[in-house]
Amino acid sequence: MSLDPATVRRIARLARIHLDEAEVPRLQDELNSILGWIEQLNELDVADIAPLTGPAQMALKMREDRVTDGGIRDAILANAPDRAGEFFVVPKVVE
Amino acid sequence: MLTDLTLAEASAGLADRRFSAAELTEAHLAAIAALNPRLNAYITLAEDSARAEAAAADAARARGEAGPLAGIPLAIKDLFCTEGLRTTAASRILGNFIPPYESTVTANLRRAGAVFLGKANLDEFAMGSSNMTSAFGPVENPWKPRGDAAAKLVPGGSSGGSAAAVAARLALGATGTDTGGSIRQPASFCGIAGIKPTYGRCSRWGIVAFASSLDQAGPFARTVQDCAILLGAMAGHDPKDSTSADRPVPDFAAACTRSLKGMRIGIPREYRAPGMSGAIEALWQRGLDWLRAAGAEPVEVSLPHTKYGLATYYIVAPAECSSNLARYDGVRFGLREEGTDLTQLYERTRAAGFGAEVRRRILIGTYVLSAGYYDAYYLKAQKVRALIHRDFTDAFGKVDALLTPTAPSAAFAQGANMDDPVQMYLNDVFTVPASMAGVPAMSVPAGLDADGLPLGLQVIGRPFDEETVFAVAAAIEREAGFDARPAIRAGVTP
Amino acid sequence: MSYVIEGSTGAWEVVIGLEVHAQVVSQAKLFSGAATAFGAEPNTQVSFVDAAFPGMLPVINRECVAQAVRTGLGLGAHINLVSRFDRKNYFYADLPPGYQISQYQHPIVGAGVIEIELGDGSTKSIGVTRLHLEQDAGKSLHDQHPTKSYIDLNRAGVALMEIVSEPDLRSPEEAGAYLRKLRTILRYLGTCDGNMEEGSMRADVNVSVRRHGEPFRTRCEVKNVNSVRFVMQAIEVEARRQVEIWEAGGAVDQETRLFDAARGITRSMRSKEEAHDYRYFPDPDLLPLVLDEAWVATLKAALPELPDAKRRRFMDEYGLPFYDSAVLVAEQATADFYETIARGRDAKLAANWVMGDLFAALNRTGRTIETSPVSAAALGALLDLMADNTINGRIAKEVFEAMVDTGEAPGAIVERKGLRQVTDTAAIDEAVTAVLAANPEKLAEYRSGKEKLFGFFVGQVMKAMAGKGNPALVNAALKRQLG
Repeated sequence: MSLDPATVRRIARLARIHLDEAEVPRLQDELNSILGWIEQLNELDVADIAPLTGPAQMALKMREDRVTDGGIRDAILANAPDRAGEFFVVPKVVE
Repeated sequence: MLTDLTLAEASAGLADRRFSAAELTEAHLAAIAALNPRLNAYITLAEDSARAEAAAADAARARGEAGPLAGIPLAIKDLFCTEGLRTTAASRILGNFIPPYESTVTANLRRAGAVFLGKANLDEFAMGSSNMTSAFGPVENPWKPRGDAAAKLVPGGSSGGSAAAVAARLALGATGTDTGGSIRQPASFCGIAGIKPTYGRCSRWGIVAFASSLDQAGPFARTVQDCAILLGAMAGHDPKDSTSADRPVPDFAAACTRSLKGMRIGIPREYRAPGMSGAIEALWQRGLDWLRAAGAEPVEVSLPHTKYGLATYYIVAPAECSSNLARYDGVRFGLREEGTDLTQLYERTRAAGFGAEVRRRILIGTYVLSAGYYDAYYLKAQKVRALIHRDFTDAFGKVDALLTPTAPSAAFAQGANMDDPVQMYLNDVFTVPASMAGVPAMSVPAGLDADGLPLGLQVIGRPFDEETVFAVAAAIEREAGFDARPAIRAGVTP
Repeated sequence: MSYVIEGSTGAWEVVIGLEVHAQVVSQAKLFSGAATAFGAEPNTQVSFVDAAFPGMLPVINRECVAQAVRTGLGLGAHINLVSRFDRKNYFYADLPPGYQISQYQHPIVGAGVIEIELGDGSTKSIGVTRLHLEQDAGKSLHDQHPTKSYIDLNRAGVALMEIVSEPDLRSPEEAGAYLRKLRTILRYLGTCDGNMEEGSMRADVNVSVRRHGEPFRTRCEVKNVNSVRFVMQAIEVEARRQVEIWEAGGAVDQETRLFDAARGITRSMRSKEEAHDYRYFPDPDLLPLVLDEAWVATLKAALPELPDAKRRRFMDEYGLPFYDSAVLVAEQATADFYETIARGRDAKLAANWVMGDLFAALNRTGRTIETSPVSAAALGALLDLMADNTINGRIAKEVFEAMVDTGEAPGAIVERKGLRQVTDTAAIDEAVTAVLAANPEKLAEYRSGKEKLFGFFVGQVMKAMAGKGNPALVNAALKRQLG
């Protein structure tokens, strides 16, 4: 599998990373070189193998239903690049 | 010199009142002032708070309430969120982020009485093997090839600043994180010890995430025992991290003196990669001889899927990172580049905020998870990961620990391997499999190559059996008698 | 009679599936310890986890899991003892981490069924495909500033159950009945308050149309419809829109649409125009959710009687017709109210009073069953006064109105107003005699065969006795005197 320029643009768009058109060819080369190298996994037959998501071999622990957090609006907003009063602010979103 | 002490020696000196925590911290701050402008091991210094913490440690000791790390000056990888102290992940995108909270690991260290000298440099978001991707500039490895004092080598990565700081005596120890080798490879490059404990041993809460199923915090120090002492303070169950293991923390330091008699040490034949340098091959053989001398029995074992580890890693880690780094969007914290609409704000902010390697990995990760490719890449990688995990399980049915080289080379020059991402990724070939399996692994300095640069050996253990790892690593340390020191270090201005 | 849309080229069947997002009743959020209460000041119920600060990690709330299991059990569904959380990746201003934690491949609850009741008294089984747990997003306020949207994260991370139906619904009425029934079940279980105004139940409606007997055609998803009435309207207008497109020779595009209630139309969602690629993958911050079978059994044992079982019991135990039972069990509080009255009394009479006079009074006074001005005990006491002939039915209505107005006990009202019914046969005979004497013409007509006038005389006697005559005794006295 090899990426074409349109696919590079599409995944950059999905990842919300702006690309200058001039960057596309170089990125395309780099990504294809990485993906080409990854192709070596095709040597393996893994049809009957159960996938492993992570190394932790245990079940999920659950916490009790108690309010232990929140009420820290100032801290939540303190690092915001733009805010209006008690809100975060972004350019207007049209649904 | 106070900066030349091991952590254990410094603790003893503080306990015996031979010097104060304030003096110990001042000595390190002075060394940092002298050398950090050149080495760039620290991104942010915390002189004032460090002095206050040292004074508090002295006061606590006077009251008889000194914690196990009271007054011990440490470097903290700038991936750990520290309350009130800027945390950058070596990225522009975090801007001037001041965390309003303290990571569990650093909170544990603070509780033990440690003094934080500052935040150590790293590859941006811990993505790299050279510390060259930091938005705050590269770190210079304090070691110099014999006869080339002008050479600038990388300290390894991603925890390059932590490793360089400890090697150059700018801290007694440091925290690091290891996702595919980010503690072990820089430890090897900088001639110090470093351990990636079992996945789940240290809480990930408050550590800027790179790849959640792989990230694990661990310590650097100049001795195996110092690493054991630090890990004992860092580790422990944390209910705030669902993947944190609810297990007691053993006395790691005590394990360093365990006998290896009757222990079986596996030598994985697949690590004998073609093209391995003679120096590394020879060092590995010497390591075996040392362990045999210490009473252990070397056994050849097979980890058949070793060669697939890296390719698997470069699917899993970018996939997770592409999702973990979605939160850096210019809305709630960090850098923001304005746009006419929300999408443009996102795209500009993330293009300006992330460096080339981070962007590359996000794009790879986005691609391998995208519709139509998930099965071919991500799902396949998870299955190969299961095979790698099984390799280790099988091997540990036969042996108590594994011995391998840490890295395929010694430290290389700044700027080398930069044009070819795959070549750079190959640095992690020996460290990645243990990361994929979540097992503990430690690099211990074992010798020098022909250029006089340090090389490490890697000891890999069973899940949650860091004690055996420490025992084996300590035996190698004793037998190797590694006493070389870097050209650039506190008190020595070449 | 099945629902069809008559187009210019013939009849069309409507195919509907519903995805209901039900907010889980819990104190704290699904993966953080921040509160879930409605209506708090902006951004006050937000933790660093909810705002996706660097290094923050999710830890699951046991009660949210229990609520999902209870709901699954209440829908007679299969509980998956092992389920998993996935990340659904997309960028949005009110989604701080850039992904929603949801259950994509392995939901906590599998297939179940909901029985809906239709207006003609029939029932229909609607398949539930699955139920899974996921996080809610925050709220974007678009009306605070001309060029900016404001973000409130109070709702971000609150637990939702997404309950997905099979495409088994065939009319707006069925969809409405499904939603109402689901709401009733959730409220019985106490797993969701069902409050659509506050957004704690929202529906995405999948609509397609087809000719009878055809396979399914392309469907559209109408997002975030927040009342039963709007769901029914949205289906109607969306189905008509699609019929027009097909009949004009066009093809319906699979897309996400919004229901504009003010204009009574659906329209394409601009923000969703771009093709989504959610890149689901297992959340590496979480481990598989493994449920203990014994714990599930404990939850099952503690489930309340559910509406279908209660309705059947009301029919069996109280001899009520289907319709009455269905109305009375729609709300747990109403059913409890009814049972308090019905136990040991005339159950059908009790049902008539609750569904008639009581509901009318609640409507009139703007109260609910929980805040009813007449308690179940008081209404029961009123029925007792009828049963022991202290008052008759007509007077009971008067007493009931006084109870609504004053809150007084029925016995006290009867005594204060002197409404006790007259059973003294001499007094009744006396009233009958006087009425007959006062109406000689009517009496003559009656005697000449106009027997319908009997009712007239009953009315006159009751009037003369201020309504308090015992109806049976009045009838008897009249019959006797009229010969």
